[in-house]
Amino acid sequence: MTVDVVNYVSLSAVVFFIGVAGVVVRRNPLIMLMSIELMLNAANLALVAFSRAWVNNAGHVFVFLVITVAAAEAAIGLAIVVAVFRNARTVDVDEVARLRG
Amino acid sequence: MIAFYVLAIVLISSAVFTITQKSPVYSVVGLLVNFVALATLYFTLNAEFLGVIQLVVYSGAILMLFVFVIALLSSGIGPLPEGPNRLPHVVGPALLAVLACFGFLMFGALHAPVIPALVQNAAIGTVGSANVFGSIGNFGVALFTTQLLPFEITAFILMVAVVGVVAIAGDAVPQGTHGRHLRRKRSKDREPIIKAGR
Repeated sequence: MTVDVVNYVSLSAVVFFIGVAGVVVRRNPLIMLMSIELMLNAANLALVAFSRAWVNNAGHVFVFLVITVAAAEAAIGLAIVVAVFRNARTVDVDEVARLRG
Repeated sequence: MIAFYVLAIVLISSAVFTITQKSPVYSVVGLLVNFVALATLYFTLNAEFLGVIQLVVYSGAILMLFVFVIALLSSGIGPLPEGPNRLPHVVGPALLAVLACFGFLMFGALHAPVIPALVQNAAIGTVGSANVFGSIGNFGVALFTTQLLPFEITAFILMVAVVGVVAIAGDAVPQGTHGRHLRRKRSKDREPIIKAGR
């Protein structure tokens, strides 16, 4: 029984859906952002595994790009959390419903 | 092989720990363990540069950002108020949706075309040696020759992020009527991020 691409991709899928569950279930924006990081990392793991299987560097460069986007997304998401918290004084996304139609 | 299963268990359990903790600080610790395990998995896949980047950028920069925001939000007002616990209402539908998505994914994975196995050959070599697949030289050549455009787009993304963060959360507002009106209104009901020395 050897470790193959399918092991890595299954692990990636499990972690991705743990992240999905985190975004769906939790209402704290900080933990939702962390769950998004979990999902991005799971996608990265799948990219690196396939990249290794095909001995092709393009997947590594794509992971590099995804890490950059994740850093930008975390910075902007946390800035939004800070800006919302200054006005609303709460960190529950269900109570920040001023823009609800 | 043992390493993979140990790392997989650490990865999954730390991810579950991250999303189940009540306090965001504990979640950050869980996420840190998750990132370190993931970086080690990258090393097992011959992606040594990405493993180092994972440690430096994720564990070093992004998690510190989370920690600082948690510290900033809870400064001066005591512990953050916790809303009502909605977990019992949503856990059923959420689990159903997650299991359905996972089922679709596994169905797709089982019907996927054939994928080459993770074999060891001369082009791959051992992790850490120079000029093999995934080494820093190999990655750098790809980054600066064939994949140069994505690398340059990276710089643009970071620039947009910096401008966006300053526009959203920065204290400075632009001069002008709109800005002046906004500043008076804002400075009343907002506490400064950094208190001036007295």
